[in-house]
Amino acid sequence: MPVSVVITVDARACKKCGICVEFCPKAVLESGPFGEVLVTRAEACNQCRLCELRCPDLAITVEGG
Amino acid sequence: MRAKPRARLMLGNEACAEGAIAAGVRFFAGYPITPATETAEVMARRLPEVGGVYIQMEDELGSLSAVVGASAGGVKAMTATSSPGFSLMQEFISSAIIGEYPLVVANVMRLGPGIGNIVASQMDVMQARWGAHGGLPMIAFCPSSVRETFELTIRAVNWSERLRTPVLLMTDGVVGHMREKVVIPEPGEIELWNRPLPAVPPEEYQCFDPGPDNVPAIPPFGGKYRVHYNAAIHDFRGVTTMADPKWCEYGVRRLAAKIEAHIDELTETHSVLMDDAEIAVFAYGPVARAAEASVRQAREMGIKAGLMRTVTLWPFPEKQVREMAKQVEVIVVPEMNLGQMVLEVERCAAGQAQIESVTRVDSMLITPKQVLDRITAVAPRRQIPWPS
Amino acid sequence: MAKLKPLTELRKEHFHFSRFPTTYCPGCGIGNVLQAVTRAIDETGRPPESFTFAVGIGCYGNIGNYLDFDELRLSHGRVPAMATGLKLARPDLNVIAMMGDGDATAIGGNHLIHAARRNIDITAIILNNHTYGMTGGQYSPATRLGDYATTAPYGMLEPAFDICKLAEGAGATFVARTTTFRMVQTIDIVRRAIEHPGFALVEIDSQCPVIYGRMNRWGDAVSMLKKQNALTVTLEKAKTMTPEELKGKIVVGIFKQAVEPEFTGEYYKVINRVRRPQDAS
Repeated sequence: MPVSVVITVDARACKKCGICVEFCPKAVLESGPFGEVLVTRAEACNQCRLCELRCPDLAITVEGG
Repeated sequence: MRAKPRARLMLGNEACAEGAIAAGVRFFAGYPITPATETAEVMARRLPEVGGVYIQMEDELGSLSAVVGASAGGVKAMTATSSPGFSLMQEFISSAIIGEYPLVVANVMRLGPGIGNIVASQMDVMQARWGAHGGLPMIAFCPSSVRETFELTIRAVNWSERLRTPVLLMTDGVVGHMREKVVIPEPGEIELWNRPLPAVPPEEYQCFDPGPDNVPAIPPFGGKYRVHYNAAIHDFRGVTTMADPKWCEYGVRRLAAKIEAHIDELTETHSVLMDDAEIAVFAYGPVARAAEASVRQAREMGIKAGLMRTVTLWPFPEKQVREMAKQVEVIVVPEMNLGQMVLEVERCAAGQAQIESVTRVDSMLITPKQVLDRITAVAPRRQIPWPS
Repeated sequence: MAKLKPLTELRKEHFHFSRFPTTYCPGCGIGNVLQAVTRAIDETGRPPESFTFAVGIGCYGNIGNYLDFDELRLSHGRVPAMATGLKLARPDLNVIAMMGDGDATAIGGNHLIHAARRNIDITAIILNNHTYGMTGGQYSPATRLGDYATTAPYGMLEPAFDICKLAEGAGATFVARTTTFRMVQTIDIVRRAIEHPGFALVEIDSQCPVIYGRMNRWGDAVSMLKKQNALTVTLEKAKTMTPEELKGKIVVGIFKQAVEPEFTGEYYKVINRVRRPQDAS
């Protein structure tokens, strides 16, 4: 099921708390060396949008599909 | 239906309630306290009749908070309390200054400290000025009669609306519990002022952007204008800027300036027999009525005495007192406290006149004799005629 | 679950996103609550300008800087009282009373129980992070027994309030608890609370990772949320558990939902009965 998912992290709003990375059920995200959020497995995203919902800074968006 | 008589015998506290309704007050939140309770009782009965709301809150803190809420909703609102309750309300009076909520607090002063006594005093006149943290200028009116209570309540509501600031009505157990005639004007006869409304479109609007008179135009909630009332130091948008010294300085000075600009309009004093007076009595509230009697008695004795009665406690009528101090030798200041406004009189007289403080703290009204005794004591001997 | 509005639209419609990042610590639950409440408001379909936030003091106190809603911010603890005044004077408004745990249950406890008793149509959102975060982590009436705070250096000796039981006992007609981890449920419950015609209280258990979390060695936001989730028990499950087993647990769900006479409505009935339009004085 090929879907084009665009996951965007607003670097200005993000405080690198790691909530989105830790609780992603599909392990789509990873923390970079400075705590920044890296989208490493976008293809695995099932668009549950829990990262969006749990982000305290409204910094991560999941679009498309 | 028989028309209601326009002249009515009224209790001072009732006149406060009726004056507020005449001024357009449609919300009252209060907490019972002697000797202020009648205002709440009248409001509880009368406000629904005119489409308004009365609520009895859980305490004085809640009362003034609810008043602020209603005022922010665009409704003219007030509360009434007495000294211990007035102490509790100071926090919100301060918040209302910076949040710029128009509201009126009537304080029917009783004798303190603590629970004190429930009768009468003038012990909160300095608290009216300095009680709220921040020490910003306050507006406080003080009636001497029931009729004046009615009029000054209207004036208090009007000024609170015009300048978007809390205004205090400092009445007391004597005036609050006295019955006198009040002629109630027809609705059209009373001049009503309303808070300024924004002149710019919503997209250009900033909540705390003050007009040329330093008063921001804040519309009620629920419209197209975005309103951010904020009792923390804020910028024009209402965004908290506590850490910015510039906004602190600007915010505090603007709030002071908007009141100071109207000192001449706000301060009202009445002079009796002052033209050639050599001894003046400076008084306010019901004490001024006793003082007037003593001045007239002194005149009969040949003493050139006069009275300056102020209806505005704050801002203090500095100019008037300064002029008076230049004219007279002595200023007698009778008060039902340990001597509070006498400090202001001393400050403004700046050594130009001898200041005599007459105090009374037994909860009874100062008598004409008490003031007269001091006038005769300080009067130059030559002024007293030899008994015939 | 209703289709979630894209976050980009939510930001645009209800937030001043240009003012982000917020001043809150990384991982702070206030942001979660803001998102849940704005989404809930959005889902009611009521016009945004009909909502007013009454806000007190605490870390959450400057949410008005970020929210594109009318806001009334006065002082610590008085939120239920000022919301009461506002709602009575303006029954047309939807009043959201935002409070913290210290705000609502310590300094404002009296106002809270009386607003609940009156059953006035206000939506009270209590963000319970179990501490006074803004002043640096002092203990609040919601600090858990034995936990540490700057003013409880030897551990909290006072039992915590059960805020929901307090509200229920006081007469609130809608009472619920949820957590920042359970965002879908939180949005749903807050929406129901807004739509409830009466005093509705939602306690949202929230994480304070930098102040409370550190002081109690709970780790960062991630480990705090894990711990919060581990302690969470649904109301259904709780019914099968003993009081001993429920100690320290966060029971989530809607505890009470009843329609009873609402104060503002009752008052305006009185106005309609006694109003004398001719007599303006």
